[in-house]
Amino acid sequence: MVNVKNSPLKSFNQRHLLGIAELSPHEIQYLLDRADEAVSVSRQLEKKKSVLRGRTQINLFFEASTRTQASFELAGKRLGADVMNMSVASSSVKKGETLIDTAMTLNAMQPDLLVVRHQSAGAVELLANKVSCSVINAGDGAHEHPTQALLDALTIQRNKGSLDGLVVAICGDVLHSRVARSNILLLNAMGARVRVVAPSTLLPSGIEKLGAEVFRNMKDGLKDADIVMMLRVQRERMAGALIPSVREYFKYFGLDAEKLSYAKPDALVMHPGPMNRGVEIASEIADGPQSVIETQVEMGVAIRMAIIEILMENTKSNSSNGGGAS
Amino acid sequence: MSKQKTLIKGAYVIDPSQDIDGIFDVLIIDGKIDAVREGLTAPKDAEIINATGKHVFPGLVDARVYVGEPGGEHRETIASASKSAAAGGVTSFIMMPETDPVIDDVALVDFVRRASRDDAEVRIYPAVSVTKGFEGRELTEVGLLQEAGAVMLTEGKRSLNNYQTLKRALTYARDFDMVISLETIDPELSSNGVMNAGLNATHLGLSGIPREAEIIPLERDLRIAALTKGNYHAAKISTSDSAEAIAKYKREGNSVTCGVSINHLTLNENDIGRYRTYLRLAPPLRDEDDRQAMIRALADGTIDIIVSSHDPHDVDDKRHPFAEAAEGAIGLETLFAAAMRLYHNEEVTLTRLIDALSTRPAKIFGLPGGTLKPGSDADLIIADLDTPWVVHEEDIVSRSKNTPFEGERFSGKILQTIVDGRTIYSDNT
Repeated sequence: MVNVKNSPLKSFNQRHLLGIAELSPHEIQYLLDRADEAVSVSRQLEKKKSVLRGRTQINLFFEASTRTQASFELAGKRLGADVMNMSVASSSVKKGETLIDTAMTLNAMQPDLLVVRHQSAGAVELLANKVSCSVINAGDGAHEHPTQALLDALTIQRNKGSLDGLVVAICGDVLHSRVARSNILLLNAMGARVRVVAPSTLLPSGIEKLGAEVFRNMKDGLKDADIVMMLRVQRERMAGALIPSVREYFKYFGLDAEKLSYAKPDALVMHPGPMNRGVEIASEIADGPQSVIETQVEMGVAIRMAIIEILMENTKSNSSNGGGAS
Repeated sequence: MSKQKTLIKGAYVIDPSQDIDGIFDVLIIDGKIDAVREGLTAPKDAEIINATGKHVFPGLVDARVYVGEPGGEHRETIASASKSAAAGGVTSFIMMPETDPVIDDVALVDFVRRASRDDAEVRIYPAVSVTKGFEGRELTEVGLLQEAGAVMLTEGKRSLNNYQTLKRALTYARDFDMVISLETIDPELSSNGVMNAGLNATHLGLSGIPREAEIIPLERDLRIAALTKGNYHAAKISTSDSAEAIAKYKREGNSVTCGVSINHLTLNENDIGRYRTYLRLAPPLRDEDDRQAMIRALADGTIDIIVSSHDPHDVDDKRHPFAEAAEGAIGLETLFAAAMRLYHNEEVTLTRLIDALSTRPAKIFGLPGGTLKPGSDADLIIADLDTPWVVHEEDIVSRSKNTPFEGERFSGKILQTIVDGRTIYSDNT
């Protein structure tokens, strides 16, 4: 394990943030450190900076997400950027305009930053190859959701000091989860020990080779865990297709007081939201003393502010040559 | 009027149909092969082609080519497919009925025959659907279609998932000696899948198609072929277990043959890289172990033939996120060069490759090509096995550019393609 604290980076040399897979441990630590500074800005009465005055951020969401979109919007606005939200319902895309047409159209409007969420894995990278501004992946299919993993890491780091050596149990629908993939990559890079806990129908093949120990029950999976990270389960996946019923799922995999007692007493409970109370997590746990779910939301704004600011610093000097579009 | 004569001198000739393997001269008179012998003297007014150091093979016979005509002419027409085939040394191909409308009646077979005669320089043989409109229920008129010129029955990109229909089709087609060629994809097991299931798919966040989605329907088909004694051809296998199943049913004496696409012999799932949609194929590219198994099964004859599975798509179908892009890749122009990789790597002999690319498919589907026997149509190619070249999109003749080999280096090039004794393509680079 590289000791990232000993030789900190002075800058971050990437134009986009497309996935955790493309980041080194040093780069991850750099983003976390900068985000840590950004937390205080949001806690001030005067929350607005002007570093990004005159710059344009477009939130392009092909898949609806109120929370993530609001978080990116606040982050951009607190830095002084002009933020525009564009929701592209998949039906209008089906009318003929391809993802690439949309990308080229937006590119012609000369934005400085595109924040993109799309239902298909790889779509954000495809779009990033076609535009001349910076792109942040706000979630692509079941592939990556890098800002979620970074905000989770920031939440953990601020509570536990460091991620190194922590046991993190990621529980639930790993199969469909980009949050799980990005977290597995990030936590491994930062020296944490990752477990996934789920019924076998919700585990993708080869997941153990991505760097996660696999458990099929909560008792073993949560034993001595420092962090219990719950994933959202889509209700339509519980109509007998991948799991037989909500009540069976809650009985075996829903986080309640008994299951949480297997983890360390000071274990943190996390959830990327939105929660299904009574499905993957009991209300008293979600609202209980070990829950840091609200902190995650706060850290989300901080990490997004830091990333937006860093990417905009990188493109300040060369934004006039518009290189990179092809 | 004097007869047209051509003498190809000093070429290394391979013709698996008559075990020819050596340096010979080839004499063509009036569109037919006259002789393949050493030291032939040129008749008066013969055109002489000096092919010293070059190879001559019977023209390639590709048993699986998708064309956009009728209904998708923006992707490929019969004329453009013919030009693409000629550039790749393919002198005959079987055209898939996966058109709009589906080729399932005599009038449509007639249309393909006439359009091929008028617009194409290579020989195009229509395949027809097993069931009307690919709907999996009513059988098409096998006898009448055969008389009209259909050479093969297939459900295109679908499997025939109704056991009873499959049984009846194999039984009925047997009486006409027609081969039913099917892909085997279980629609439920492969649902939503877009690439081979496994670590790569997990890494890319794409849903996977398990190998069993091919193997299970294949084993079903083989059992029904054995039951009916019908002529069954597995169109494109991709897994080691599929090859084992085929080998077993062949050993037991069933009328079973099988093909593999050139893509599954030369590429694997890692080539998808960062979501390259031109490598989204059906069946999906598998892992390296399965690719190696395909090569071994080809070398030992378990796999009979190699197809290009040429499937043109324009950029509007392919410039999408991986899961939303169309399946399929073009292949007529790279079929030969890609196959030569297996020869250069000493994985499959040249004779077996030419057999699988020409002689064997002609035999399975009862087509006239695949041979240089005296009296047969002079359909042949002259090739240089060592000429290096790089695949560039702008050099592609096909109307669609979705090649999985963009930027790849090959050794081996078609120099001249001859159909009916007439040169229809010559390399001018």
